[in-house]
Amino acid sequence: MNDASDTAVLLSLRDVHVHFNTPNGVVRAVSGVSLDLAVGETLGLVGESGCGKSTLGKAIMKLVPIAGGEIRIEGSDIAPLDRKQLIDMRRKVQMIFQDPYGSLNPRSTVGRSVAQPLALAGWKPEAMAERVETLLRWVGLPSDAKQRYPHEFSGGQRQRIGIARALALSPRLIICDEPVSALDVSVRAQVINLLEDLKGQFGVSYLFISHDLSVVEHIADRVAVMYLGMLVETGGRDQIWQRPQHPYTKALLAAAPIANPRIARSRQRTVLQGELPSPLDPPAGCPFHSRCPIAQARCQAEKPVLRPVGGGALAACHFV
Amino acid sequence: MALPLEVRGLCTTLFTRRGEMKAVDGLSLSVGAGETVALVGESGCGKSLSALSVMRLLPDPPARIVGGEVRLNGRDIVPLPEEGMLAIRGKEIGMIFQDPMSSLNPVATVEKQIVEVLLAHTDLGRWQARARAHELLELVGMPDAARRLDEYPHRLSGGMCQRVVIAMAIACSPSVLIADEPTTALDVTVQAQVLALLKKLQADAGMAMVFITHDLGVVAETADRVVVMYAGRKVEEATVDDLFETPLHPYTAGLIGATPVPGAARAERLADIPGMVPPLNALPQGCAFAPRCNRVMERCRQERPELTQPAAGRLVACFAAERG
Repeated sequence: MNDASDTAVLLSLRDVHVHFNTPNGVVRAVSGVSLDLAVGETLGLVGESGCGKSTLGKAIMKLVPIAGGEIRIEGSDIAPLDRKQLIDMRRKVQMIFQDPYGSLNPRSTVGRSVAQPLALAGWKPEAMAERVETLLRWVGLPSDAKQRYPHEFSGGQRQRIGIARALALSPRLIICDEPVSALDVSVRAQVINLLEDLKGQFGVSYLFISHDLSVVEHIADRVAVMYLGMLVETGGRDQIWQRPQHPYTKALLAAAPIANPRIARSRQRTVLQGELPSPLDPPAGCPFHSRCPIAQARCQAEKPVLRPVGGGALAACHFV
Repeated sequence: MALPLEVRGLCTTLFTRRGEMKAVDGLSLSVGAGETVALVGESGCGKSLSALSVMRLLPDPPARIVGGEVRLNGRDIVPLPEEGMLAIRGKEIGMIFQDPMSSLNPVATVEKQIVEVLLAHTDLGRWQARARAHELLELVGMPDAARRLDEYPHRLSGGMCQRVVIAMAIACSPSVLIADEPTTALDVTVQAQVLALLKKLQADAGMAMVFITHDLGVVAETADRVVVMYAGRKVEEATVDDLFETPLHPYTAGLIGATPVPGAARAERLADIPGMVPPLNALPQGCAFAPRCNRVMERCRQERPELTQPAAGRLVACFAAERG
């Protein structure tokens, strides 16, 4: 599938589908995603709103049911897990969210929120208290934070609380769903640096879901690009940024603002026309053909599959 | 001839139960015809309240302009009564906000909302106004414009709603356009479309544009000049090239270092600014940035630095930058 074959595969997705029934019909939020994530790797999952990237993250946590395919964590399929096994699985995989305030119980002290996964895993109170202290120190919060409530903290600090809780049971993988999108620029950099430090310290892997390409470029080793529920391209970070193959990846990179006026002026910009089609009524054939600058008749009829395009990258396009 | 927009020493204070807070503290700003000035800073720095002050749309109470002038084509509009402002907003000064959905009337069609602006500020009759509304929608690149006239906002995507808002903002060819985070709620490919549209409209009509954003990428793509705000005050002003190449204020340098630039040599770590923006009711004595500053000196904690002009076209409020 990719260059992860010679290292241990932590997370493996095969032809994963997620469907939602709505009053207006079935939304195929994720349709046929296959992906591997190696131990110690940071995989960036990018795309615009409605492309299915967050839904995919939730499916891996088993927070939404899958309609087809297979999700394996360290080789074991998560579909048949019962409640107890699921608790075991969630020790290995944790998640942090965009809105840290929405993911913390406002009536629970920070100490209790961070200790909750430990309590569920059956830790003794003394060991738990010690662990909470350690976790708060790791994420750079003062130790008196544990007696305080989430509303007493700023957005960046709340995200640190969320990270401390995610780290509590030493997970192998953390799914980060837009973890810095709600934060101010200076605080965003603090949280990104913290995530990188923790990775170096504990060897945790990240699935980093974001719409912000410059953040993904900074943090990811490998990148997967989604459009309307499908993967359109995956590859190493440098490969994707220097030699993007799929026309959607190219358009996405061209549209991302660059915080350097000289680079911004010198690059060629082809502004992508149109907007995302409704996921209720996705185009036949290639999902991108309605906006694609190089689309031809074949794209309307035949759905392209991911295939190698050199340099370890895969792209789903008839014409690359 | 007077500049389209000239703000001098603007002070806006929030009168709250917890006391008075200087949300905008002595802001001066001038924007020439065809020029884009970006107002940059993090949440709570006063950039949006500055824009609302200029448009006289402050929520009062708690916010009130307590000093300074806002000169629109030479005329100070701060003392004007609300009736006077009604004739100005939408005509001489156009506005675009972050959330296009909430700036549109959900129970009026697109056509009705644009026509309303035209009837209020021009001599056009109803039929002419309707024809003009159609033209405006074409001008802002609305796909399938003729059909969209009869739609209600909820039927349109965020990007299309923002195009309607832009059509309304430019309907009477204002000399000043104020855009407050106009693309923050949009997806990146749609953001690129809207930025390109704003630039084109501005170049064609020679509008003066104030562009408020927290995103340095958007600043680099759109601005001619940049004003950086921190805790209600302007801390630096420069042309966009000067600002990104040689930021003088440590806060500006911090913001730039904290923003990853794809394609540039990859730094292992982003340069972060420790701590966070202080609340307005607990500003430190001296320079408001001193507690987070990596070049802080004893003097910074006692005394507040005023803006100085280290080079032509540049302003900075920092003792360390003055020393070089």
